[in-house]
Amino acid sequence: MLELKKVTSGCGKSPFLKDISVSFEKEMFTSVIGPNGSGKSTLLKTAVGIVTPESGELFADGESLTKMKHKETARIIAYLSQGKGTPDMTVEQLVLHGRFPHLGYPRRYTENDRRAALDAMEKTGVADYADRSLSSLSGGMRQNVYIAMALAQGTDYILLDEPTTYLDISHQLGLMNTLRKLADSGKGIVSVLHDLPLAFTFSDRIIVMNEGKIVADSTPNTIYNSDIIKSVFGITLDFNKTEKIYSYRF
Amino acid sequence: MNNSLKYCEKNKIKLLYSVGLICLIVSVFLGVLLGSTPLSLSELWHWVISGGTGESTDSILRFVRIPRTASCMVCGAALAVSGAVIQATLANRLASPSIIGVNSGAGLAVTLCTALGIFGGWRLSLFSFIGAFAAVMIVSLVSKKLGASRGTVILIGVAMNTFFNAVSDTIVTFNTDIAVLSRDFKIGDFSAVTVKKLIPAAIIVSVTLFILFTLTNELDVLTLGDDNAVSLGMNISLMRVVFLILAALLAGCAVSIAGLLSFVGLIVPHIVRRFSGGKASRLLPLCAIFGASFVTLCDTLARTAFSPYEIPVGIIMAFLGTPFFIFILIKGKGGHARA
Repeated sequence: MLELKKVTSGCGKSPFLKDISVSFEKEMFTSVIGPNGSGKSTLLKTAVGIVTPESGELFADGESLTKMKHKETARIIAYLSQGKGTPDMTVEQLVLHGRFPHLGYPRRYTENDRRAALDAMEKTGVADYADRSLSSLSGGMRQNVYIAMALAQGTDYILLDEPTTYLDISHQLGLMNTLRKLADSGKGIVSVLHDLPLAFTFSDRIIVMNEGKIVADSTPNTIYNSDIIKSVFGITLDFNKTEKIYSYRF
Repeated sequence: MNNSLKYCEKNKIKLLYSVGLICLIVSVFLGVLLGSTPLSLSELWHWVISGGTGESTDSILRFVRIPRTASCMVCGAALAVSGAVIQATLANRLASPSIIGVNSGAGLAVTLCTALGIFGGWRLSLFSFIGAFAAVMIVSLVSKKLGASRGTVILIGVAMNTFFNAVSDTIVTFNTDIAVLSRDFKIGDFSAVTVKKLIPAAIIVSVTLFILFTLTNELDVLTLGDDNAVSLGMNISLMRVVFLILAALLAGCAVSIAGLLSFVGLIVPHIVRRFSGGKASRLLPLCAIFGASFVTLCDTLARTAFSPYEIPVGIIMAFLGTPFFIFILIKGKGGHARA
């Protein structure tokens, strides 16, 4: 279990997250939703150690993350940021870098690391592109490569910041299915999502954030039946019971 | 299809290494043989097997050609690798030691040394490194403080460049004795090379290159962007300083030998990257090889093109470098270069 206890944190001058306590479970797909600037990204960045909290503590399976070195944290939590760019390297090279936290100086990837990378590429369906350069792939494929990198990292938790942004709808669905499978296979998946129907369809748990606070945290069904979505986003979410489809109503 | 792709890729890299090594060997031979008194291969061979005899040949080779060619190789390799490292560390492909003020920082230190009567040895290399390092740290700290974009980093570098050069010029203005030396120094020139300058710089450059070649995975991860690098467990502020120190060591040593050679640190990494891709474990060694042969070749050209007059190698490089730089700017605007 990944725990944040009374965490106050932020990148700028005034803290963004105010006194937040939340925990993320393994074998669970948690979606974090909320309007722009509600602190979703800061929440993930704080959990993974990119942003150091001003106060509060973080634990992974009972061990304090606050005192841990980046390298040790990186063996427990993987993180995919929003803007990832297209580094000038091949698919396999990028995925291999997921093994980075497991190596000591001088860092040379071993046969073992290569196997882990190949395994991860197979799971996200990019093994066939192993020797292609990243710039030759479509945005959707590239996202799968990044997920393979996070998988190769071999962590219990994978945190993703808006992984579906810039993807067409079929790649969005593909990605959500991949994440769903990863959660079912035991990983703790935490993803910031903007697309509410996708979040409600695929997640086990929804966390709603607004103005640096967690305003709701429950199963998709419970959140759907409350009026929280209406009050935070100013729209209504409809669920069609026969077709099991969520849709927006403005 | 996959295997053949991998096979192609491997062959391409092998070819690149072969071409680089051949270029290097050819340019070294040209550098050693050509000059105001050309030597023939048989004379060189004779000198080698006789263990260094034959009066005029011996002194030409021992005191002029070999130190000079060796200096060219050391400086070329150092500047090219320094450029590649700085480009990766600052995530800016237009960065290079001469553009962001690293060379002029080292140049200021060397000018200061010269004014104080230090003309070679470890002290010169050390001061030169301190100058280079101070420059690179000022540029990277100021840009970090400002949260500066990639373009701003270059602007700060250019400003620092101007400032360091102004201070150097001030020193030269008040010390007319070093004024003559200073002109060649500013353009970049190997004619004043001495073994005394070369030895410490060569040792530092070799050790630094060796360390860098063991850090290529770190450099690659750093290019993935700050957030990704941190989440892969890297201490990015530490690694960035380490890389900038190593790059400054290389550039500082090169400047202490040959003055402000511009453009090697920009051109060579760019050309090499076009063919090798961005993977640092390939890019850095190839930069070293091509940098060494490029500078050696340019210097040989500088010595022989207008013989008996010798022009500073920096002029030759600037003639080749400026059009190329503009070419990169135009190309970069077209899209894929993420400068």
